[in-house]
Amino acid sequence: MESKLEKILKAGHFAFTGECGPPKGANVDHLKEKISHLKGMVDAVNITDNQTSVVRMSSWAASIILLQEGIEPNFQMVCRDRNRLAIQSDILGVYAMGIRNMLCLSGDHQSFGNHPEAKGVFDLDSMQLIALVKKMRDEGKFINNEEIDVPPKLFIGAACNPFADPFEFRVHRLGMKIDAGADFIQTQCIYNMDKFREFMKMAVDIGLHEKCYILAGITPMKSVGMAQYLAKSVPGMDVPESLIKRLKGAEKGKVAEEGIKFVLEQIEEFKEMEGVAGVHLMAIEWEHRVPEIAERAGVLPRPKV
Amino acid sequence: MLISEQKPMEEILASLHNEQNIFLIGCKGCAEGCESGGEQQVLELKTKLEENGKTIIGYTMFDMVCDEPLVKTKLKYINDKIEPADSLLILCCGVGIQTVAALTHKVVHPGCNTLSLGGAHAEWREAERCMECGDCVLDYTGGLCPIARCSKHLLHGPCGGSHDGVCEVSSDIPCVWHLIVDRLSKQGRLSKLKEFKKPKNWGLGLIAGSPKRLQEGVPIRDGKQA
Repeated sequence: MESKLEKILKAGHFAFTGECGPPKGANVDHLKEKISHLKGMVDAVNITDNQTSVVRMSSWAASIILLQEGIEPNFQMVCRDRNRLAIQSDILGVYAMGIRNMLCLSGDHQSFGNHPEAKGVFDLDSMQLIALVKKMRDEGKFINNEEIDVPPKLFIGAACNPFADPFEFRVHRLGMKIDAGADFIQTQCIYNMDKFREFMKMAVDIGLHEKCYILAGITPMKSVGMAQYLAKSVPGMDVPESLIKRLKGAEKGKVAEEGIKFVLEQIEEFKEMEGVAGVHLMAIEWEHRVPEIAERAGVLPRPKV
Repeated sequence: MLISEQKPMEEILASLHNEQNIFLIGCKGCAEGCESGGEQQVLELKTKLEENGKTIIGYTMFDMVCDEPLVKTKLKYINDKIEPADSLLILCCGVGIQTVAALTHKVVHPGCNTLSLGGAHAEWREAERCMECGDCVLDYTGGLCPIARCSKHLLHGPCGGSHDGVCEVSSDIPCVWHLIVDRLSKQGRLSKLKEFKKPKNWGLGLIAGSPKRLQEGVPIRDGKQA
């Protein structure tokens, strides 16, 4: 069995991926309810790994529940919580259980979460994690060069934040991730379209879009409060004042609709934007609105490959 | 006493690739005590580098290289001697290397690995500068330590949380990777950063948790006495 996401991208379809955070507990029913809205609407669903450093059900376990429900997971792994031994054994484990996509991340710093006293591991960084998964897959070897008995064949993803500083270096860091082995990229949530256009132009100019599939990350704004929170309190987010103004200008009870309209406009532009191979929709705790967004964005039905 | 040992000759030569005129700096403090950067070791290294085709345009000894005000003053006196050098090769602990890197626009190369600070934190009191990792990376980071100063100890930064020059963890923490990108850009050495760095061997210094020194204060490496 191969990655469906990989096949869709290789066939030249415009990919559409979703995201879901595992429950803060072992509530399988709650997880199943959330992901039921995503089935058939997206090509794969990212399962976050203790996102924002808050403890949740492990991303590999939640990914397996998705598989059981007939949904392709994109298993996320952060370097914050594991050393190279745990990283490699978890990779073997998820592959053995049928997981085929993996997103390699450094992880938010532990001080942001609900266990700020924790010791961050960071034995490897995201760049080295990407190279490790590639080595395990392509060379069939562990990081110490020992042979692997049945290597894991994973479709390797990485993240990119075009809105972090220093801006000019970002595109080079993306290039390094691609050189290290990333097959696809999912970007940080995009709100500042001017800056993203500039970033994509730089990426296309050095040919990065030809070496890797770049999926543009989006998150619909549910409220003015959410926009203000993202603008002020979330590291690496760039929410322009004009968007906050636009949401504020919406009629009473219509702010969420304005937020959805904004992402629909974004998706339309991404479909035409050079170098963008798809969209990654992170509808945080808004999974039930994904079918409507997918429908109105004109990305249904999802291709069968 | 800060425990350091000289980097292997191959690594020193690799770091001096494409550079001809080198100025050496040694330390009359801990590095002399460790026999990794005293005058005798500086002169020995000078000979070895000359045998490998390098031109050593001069050398100096500081007492000690971690002493920021002292180094600042002394660098001023010898500025005209240092200026023609392609780079400075420094034999001392990671703190001293960063002291020189912060006080000159010249490219600096670490000639030593710092295995242990032995409880002391040298003379740079402003912030933590060295984490005794035992495999100094200051060569490709422009003399700014990402192990000690990046909240995630990244070898390929800056991460997505770097904003306006500060770390995502706190606006009181400068993003050292932003500083590294700036410094290497100014030196025209940004391509250094685009190279992939292998996963670090955390077992060489004190970070891994096990003391790497014998009671006599002799550095050991990989379980063997140096």
